[in-house]
Amino acid sequence: MSGKQSDFQAARWNEALIMELSETGARGIVPPAMDADIAAAVGDVVAALPAGARREKLPQLPEVPQHRVLRHFMRLSQMCMGFDVTTDMMGTCTMKYSPKVHEHIARSAKLADVHPLQGEQNMQGLLELMYRFNKIMCQISGMDEFTFQPASGAQGIYTNACLIRAYHESRGELAQRNEIITTSFSHPADAATPSVAGFKVITLMPGEMGYADVDALKAAISDRTAGLMLTNPEDTGQYNPHIREFVDLVHEAGGLCAYDQANGNPLLGKVRAGDTGFDMCQFNLHKTFSAPHGSLGMGCAAVGVKDFLRKFLPRPLVAEADGGGYRLDYEQGEGIDKIRAFIGNIPAVLKAYSWVMSLGAEGLRAVAETAVLNNNYMLKSMREVRGVTIPWPANNYPKLEQVRYSFEQMFKETGVTSHDVIDRMVDYGVQHCMPSHMPMLVPEPFTMEPGESLTVAEMDQMLAALKAISHEAYSDPEKAQGGPYNASTTRIDSDVPEDPDCWAFTYRAYQRKKGHWTSESRRKIERHSGGY
Amino acid sequence: MSNNKGFSHPYVPNAEPGIRQRLLKTVGVASTDDLYASVPDALQVKGLLDLPDPLPSEHDLRSHVEGIIGQNVSCRDHLNFCGAGCWQHYVPALCDEITGRGEFLTAYGGGTYSDHGKNQAMFEFQSLIGELVGMEVVGSPAYDMGAAVNSAVTMACRITGRRGVLLSGGISGDRLSQIRGFTKPVADLSSIGIDPATGLINLDDLKAKLTPEIGAVYFENPSYLGLIESRGAEIAEIVHAAGALLVVGVDPLSLGVLAAPGDYGADIVCGDIQPLGIHMYAGGGCAGFLASRDEERFVSEFPMILMSIAPGVEEGDIGFAWSTMQRTSYDKRHDSEDYAGTTQWLWGIGAAVYLSLMGPQGMDEIGRGILQRARYAAMQIAKLKGAKVPHLDGAFFKEFVVDFSASGKSVAEINAGLRAHDIFGGKDLSGEFPMLGQSALFCVTEIHAKKDIDKLVDTLAEVLS
Repeated sequence: MSGKQSDFQAARWNEALIMELSETGARGIVPPAMDADIAAAVGDVVAALPAGARREKLPQLPEVPQHRVLRHFMRLSQMCMGFDVTTDMMGTCTMKYSPKVHEHIARSAKLADVHPLQGEQNMQGLLELMYRFNKIMCQISGMDEFTFQPASGAQGIYTNACLIRAYHESRGELAQRNEIITTSFSHPADAATPSVAGFKVITLMPGEMGYADVDALKAAISDRTAGLMLTNPEDTGQYNPHIREFVDLVHEAGGLCAYDQANGNPLLGKVRAGDTGFDMCQFNLHKTFSAPHGSLGMGCAAVGVKDFLRKFLPRPLVAEADGGGYRLDYEQGEGIDKIRAFIGNIPAVLKAYSWVMSLGAEGLRAVAETAVLNNNYMLKSMREVRGVTIPWPANNYPKLEQVRYSFEQMFKETGVTSHDVIDRMVDYGVQHCMPSHMPMLVPEPFTMEPGESLTVAEMDQMLAALKAISHEAYSDPEKAQGGPYNASTTRIDSDVPEDPDCWAFTYRAYQRKKGHWTSESRRKIERHSGGY
Repeated sequence: MSNNKGFSHPYVPNAEPGIRQRLLKTVGVASTDDLYASVPDALQVKGLLDLPDPLPSEHDLRSHVEGIIGQNVSCRDHLNFCGAGCWQHYVPALCDEITGRGEFLTAYGGGTYSDHGKNQAMFEFQSLIGELVGMEVVGSPAYDMGAAVNSAVTMACRITGRRGVLLSGGISGDRLSQIRGFTKPVADLSSIGIDPATGLINLDDLKAKLTPEIGAVYFENPSYLGLIESRGAEIAEIVHAAGALLVVGVDPLSLGVLAAPGDYGADIVCGDIQPLGIHMYAGGGCAGFLASRDEERFVSEFPMILMSIAPGVEEGDIGFAWSTMQRTSYDKRHDSEDYAGTTQWLWGIGAAVYLSLMGPQGMDEIGRGILQRARYAAMQIAKLKGAKVPHLDGAFFKEFVVDFSASGKSVAEINAGLRAHDIFGGKDLSGEFPMLGQSALFCVTEIHAKKDIDKLVDTLAEVLS
């Protein structure tokens, strides 16, 4: 593929919904046979169910033979642009190669078919894995203890908010300290999860450098300050050099500081949360540490704390056992309530551990530096793409792992929006990019993070695609606005998912409501959920 | 290293010294150090982290990691009768095949056009769960069942404008902890008493506690202790008469034979999808779902991504899009009452494959088979001296309580005895439900053949004697 023209064609199977493949009587799989002696001994257990408990009519699930179920989902998989098939530079997502060998190890019954309550003595391997990775994460972050219980970045950040709450509560100051400070370019979860945990959240807006300045922080700090929760670099790829001052000011005011390391890829082996003065942090193992993104999860966050906060971590914790081996410490003490069932997303821990063990200290540093170098290589060329600007021209620092670009100039000159560009990208055989999280402070945003995995040729292909789209915007804007043309489906009526009379989240709702899709009395939709 | 010597590794191609030099030159800097100019020198790590020596060879790495996890004894090495929120079921080959597909495994935030197939699979997940529970709205997977319960009861409080949440007294300690932590700032929890004879909620107690402050009533069916509630419609009537909403937690695998909560009056339904073709992964396989009726007042409170079907411009085409994201914490930021993010979509896809394979017939047969096996096991265990099955006369699905108090032995001792015979016994309930004495929660599923159950019973007899 040249990248200069859109000669890519996505698989377009026009695959019917699984419900529509149903043929009465077809079987996909047969459950284990019932032993005749058991059947005889227990009688008709279903008939014996109390009337209100029994299902009267079988569920309307599809009846499809096995190979057709396989083909159905294989075809759906072919209409999906995972990192295994193509370049994905979606900003804030740290897309990278997830080594296949980790998948093969994780499929072993020794991990897949382990029950979380089967007893410590029979899961020593798992506990050793968690123990070892805990030590590694402490070294990477400068923290003293980790939990792997949270199932995602947002849940990890939520855990940080709960730890801050527990700390102030233990000191009798929670009623007074009810404010968390974050920044507008931190992930939305840095504002959302402390709000869920009951805090009032103050969001600092960016100054002319694109990040919040120290005066803005000083104005927000008071004796109500419970803590600071932010990313750095922020979702713009810009590192706030005043971070240490931020942390010190919040500490002086009696607050705690939580470092959301969702954007931690450029900092591996380079900067540690602990050395920066933070009291706690969280890493996304499914991003920075190569565990696969899983189409939006199976996620896992590693949440780390300094020693004085160890007692507040959710239980159980992994500890060394007397007489060798490892155990789970369920002693509740002042630990916060459970965040997730059991002990965490262990497959992600295994993959993250394996990734670090493959790379070592020198390798982690190479990952960070290469991700930053690749990003600045992309930035250098993106500056030459017509219609693209880089926000905050006063900030002359090199960016770290990602850049929030703007297509505002292109939009003003051609009417082509960043969303149009994003949709058109698919025609070039690359995964689309994200514009930005909300609020969209940068007009016509476009956030790109190349990561450390890609070759120069792959980066050049992405650049060629964006240049071609830019050229098209200026020469044939209508075409640039009409994409994609070669994707797995044609353009959709994007009002339907926003209209309560039309939206349908299940097949049964779709059957009931699709008639309204063509109705003339449809509502006018004012707002679309762009940006994702 | 941070100098320009570079580093060569299969996962980091551009760290190779020659390529690195070329990129540095293009960017116009002498060293990667220059690219970290925004990071104060005092904050930068000097030298290398103190990490174990790396194993860059795939063979060496595999042998190291497999050596560690090889110490585990799996539930395929031993017979397992422990459930309690994470259950051993048969995982069809197609589930592993599809969740292992790189296109799904390594996809993430792609949209309507780039990830059409992922979106369709997610819409189908929502659709299939909707059929099981009898609801028109199902969201993309929640983190786990506890997180789904949290979302469900707090959305019920927001919809009703009330702070009170009544929880069945029969939920697990871990679930209660999850709910307590999450609802702390926004809800007041209280517990509905359990009738000791049936193990089910006491309706008089429910009525007495259903004050005008109660916004949500939550029970599980089957309950944590495996018991089947047949008074769903009556409970729904009582709850609705008090102006509250009814939230029901289910094991979706039971719904081939058990009534759909949507059909007996539940307003919000939640549960765990791990039984639907997902390996246990020591709890990593747990993933939740959340469902409701198709009303704006419910939909606008859903925290997670909702995948809507939509028509394409070409006749007969369909596509999918994330709907009404202004509901979510992505948009609401500091105004959020719940949060969204990466959850467990891969397991949602696995569950969609599972339900597509099983169909109505498979779900009926597996539900029936589990009822039969669990009852058989309970009947046999009840005959043992020192063991009592307190709810043998009631209806139960997959799990049942065995009270060993009369044996004079603790559950811990009994489980140790079973382990010596390569059997994982039931979850020890003595800490969680002290009123049950030395009781354990045994789990019997479709994977247990008669000989497996007989081995458990024989071994228990030996351990108890």
